[in-house]
Amino acid sequence: MPLNIVSLVSVGRHPQSGRERRAEQDGRAVELGMNLEASQSASMTVLHAGRSVEPVLRNYAGMGLPSLEVLELSEQDDAVPSLAQYLKASDADIVLTGVRAESGESSGMVPYLLAEELGWPLVPRIADIVSINNGVAEILLALPRGQRRSLSVPLPFVASVDNAAPAPRQSAYGPGMRASIDASQVTAVTDSAREQWQEAPAKPRPKRLKVVKAKTAADRFKAATAKPQGKAGKVMKNESAQEQAQEIFNLLLEEKVIK
Amino acid sequence: MSGETNSYEIVRRDPRAEWIARNRLHPLHGTISVGEEAEVRGPSGLIRKNPHKVGFIGPNGIKRIDRLKGNAAAAATGRRSGGAAQEVQLPLHKVENPDFSIFVVPDMVGGRLTSQDKDILGQAHKLARSDDGESAVQGVVVAVVFGELKDDSLDTAGVDRLIHLDGEEYQGYCPEQQLTALVHLDATYNPQNWLFPDSVHGGTDLGSRLAARLGERPAVQAWQVDKKTTVCRGASGSTDISRPTPRILLLAEECADPIDETRHEVQPIELGSVPRVISRMQDMGQVSVDPNAIPLAEAEFILSAGNGIHNWDQFHEAAEALGATEGASRVAVDDGFMPRFRQVGATGTWVTARVYIAVGISGAIQHMQGIGQCDKVIAINTDAGCDMVKRAALSAIGDSEEILAELLKLAREHKAGQSEGGDQNAA
Ligand SMILES: Cc1cc2nc3c(=O)[nH]c(=O)nc-3n(C[C@H](O)[C@H](O)[C@H](O)COP(=O)(O)OP(=O)(O)OC[C@H]3O[C@@H](n4cnc5c(N)ncnc54)[C@H](O)[C@@H]3O)c2cc1C
Repeated sequence: MPLNIVSLVSVGRHPQSGRERRAEQDGRAVELGMNLEASQSASMTVLHAGRSVEPVLRNYAGMGLPSLEVLELSEQDDAVPSLAQYLKASDADIVLTGVRAESGESSGMVPYLLAEELGWPLVPRIADIVSINNGVAEILLALPRGQRRSLSVPLPFVASVDNAAPAPRQSAYGPGMRASIDASQVTAVTDSAREQWQEAPAKPRPKRLKVVKAKTAADRFKAATAKPQGKAGKVMKNESAQEQAQEIFNLLLEEKVIK
Repeated sequence: MSGETNSYEIVRRDPRAEWIARNRLHPLHGTISVGEEAEVRGPSGLIRKNPHKVGFIGPNGIKRIDRLKGNAAAAATGRRSGGAAQEVQLPLHKVENPDFSIFVVPDMVGGRLTSQDKDILGQAHKLARSDDGESAVQGVVVAVVFGELKDDSLDTAGVDRLIHLDGEEYQGYCPEQQLTALVHLDATYNPQNWLFPDSVHGGTDLGSRLAARLGERPAVQAWQVDKKTTVCRGASGSTDISRPTPRILLLAEECADPIDETRHEVQPIELGSVPRVISRMQDMGQVSVDPNAIPLAEAEFILSAGNGIHNWDQFHEAAEALGATEGASRVAVDDGFMPRFRQVGATGTWVTARVYIAVGISGAIQHMQGIGQCDKVIAINTDAGCDMVKRAALSAIGDSEEILAELLKLAREHKAGQSEGGDQNAA
């Protein structure tokens, strides 16, 4: 049985110009899906919940997709119920999303809500899907500081794709324009909670000042002028090189930087 | 002003009483009142200072005015003990019968609170305080810590109660088990708010999981939170969304000031049994990545070389054996031993490593600026008086080549022992 992969895509936002674009992480999710398609003889669906006339969808299609599925929703609608309904009806094995959308609320809750709704495990921030054998996928998680963790997860699952995943391929204009965009009508649920919120362009956040809570002028003066004196650490002068090395090594083990 | 009233009475001085008032050692000194306070409200309500009443008479009869506002004692002892900072005992903040609770789930990277965790504890106290003056309700801040706990500053960071879940089911990567524990806590204690750091260290993940499970809509990247409204960043940080404060908050960095003026109880709460789940995701451990492929600014563990390295092959070997990312001082780079992108410091990269080993680096200020955020610095140097040794948590004074050779030996032994142990486990 061939594998079914669904990649969810959204409308991105260029951080400088604010123009609409292919979202970074969603692009990576599509790239990951296309790579699996090639290596695992899987079939991939790229799914967007929103307006089917969105020009950005052509950017995704330009990566070499013959077609895109769209669940026709307006901007005020909640995407999660329609997506959950679609996924329940489909026989998807892997759902790939970005970590956080670049527009809208950007809460990053879509994969979590879908996983909860479908009852599937959620794998956050993946860097790669290494292999899929007998219904179990081996996945690399992206950890902070460039570290990776290996997980094995049974299908089906939802995964959000981190920026550490392979960069998406270039999008070609012609194929993008030729791809077919299949819109389907769904019952829309308006996101009513959000209507009560106020949205405004982001105010720059105040920088945190280094406030010296000194009660006297003498203390303030000292805080402003004194060299920051670290607490003197342990100094090993007369030990042999071997003892010194052992002590350093013990500290490294204690800090868990040596595995 | 008061001259009119005074002119009727003749001021009589009592030299003996004055003498007793001046002499603090006199047995009757306490019985003689020194007179009114120095500051009184005049008839028009303005504060009047009586300059004759300010200060006190010093031991040798000379009047002294204390402009240190009562901190003279601390300052004086500080000087006498050679400038060592005096440990001040902060006042203890006690919560006896809390009306509600705020649960905080800090990241505890490496078992210690991150600066974001501390900010979030500060935010929790802002929510727990009854500052709106309606009624005297008081909240308690409960920290939920998974896995190892190395931090001993939980009291000054603002933890009133501590729930420490440290069973073997919480070792390694186990978000599903952690989520089960949080759901169990939610049902047991019904906290008013759940606060998570919005961070890549797991806070975002756990907070989102809990929100999805409880069916709450969280505020993410929240940076201005009070009891009623929350301002959070949306659209990848380009908009501010103001909304009523939800139950689950994922807070951005520097959302509030950390606690710094009180101590807290850190009372452990014992939990009954927490249901265990069979995790669907199976942790297969961290994968070893090529440490030199990690950007220097992000690396966790850096072995850095300076002018005190003479055997470069050995240095590279040591970095590989220890699994450390390589760094360098400017001299090492200028001399052509290391590439430019390995330079740490003001004109190089500002690193954030948790552990930084400086081998043969003197600690020039330009270099120190680059390692300002490092947690543990280890110095290997021939000069015990250099600045790097002053900064370091652990310094080994000796020749770099000898010490690196020993370290190399230890690292190889460790690796050999580990692979043997691994084989035994497998067998
Ligand atoms: C504008 C400007 C910008 C700069 N920016 C940077 C920067 O970004 N980064 C940077 O690093 N520097 C920078 N510098 C240079 C900086 O001032 C120092 O010159 C440099 O950091 C010193 O490097 P070092 O500690 O390796 O060498 P040295 O100062 O020569 O120190 C060598 C150390 O090794 C020890 N040693 C010698 N032999 C041995 C041995 N066999 N075993 C063990 N220890 C030994 C010595 O005791 C000494 O402490 C900058 C300078 C300027 C003017």
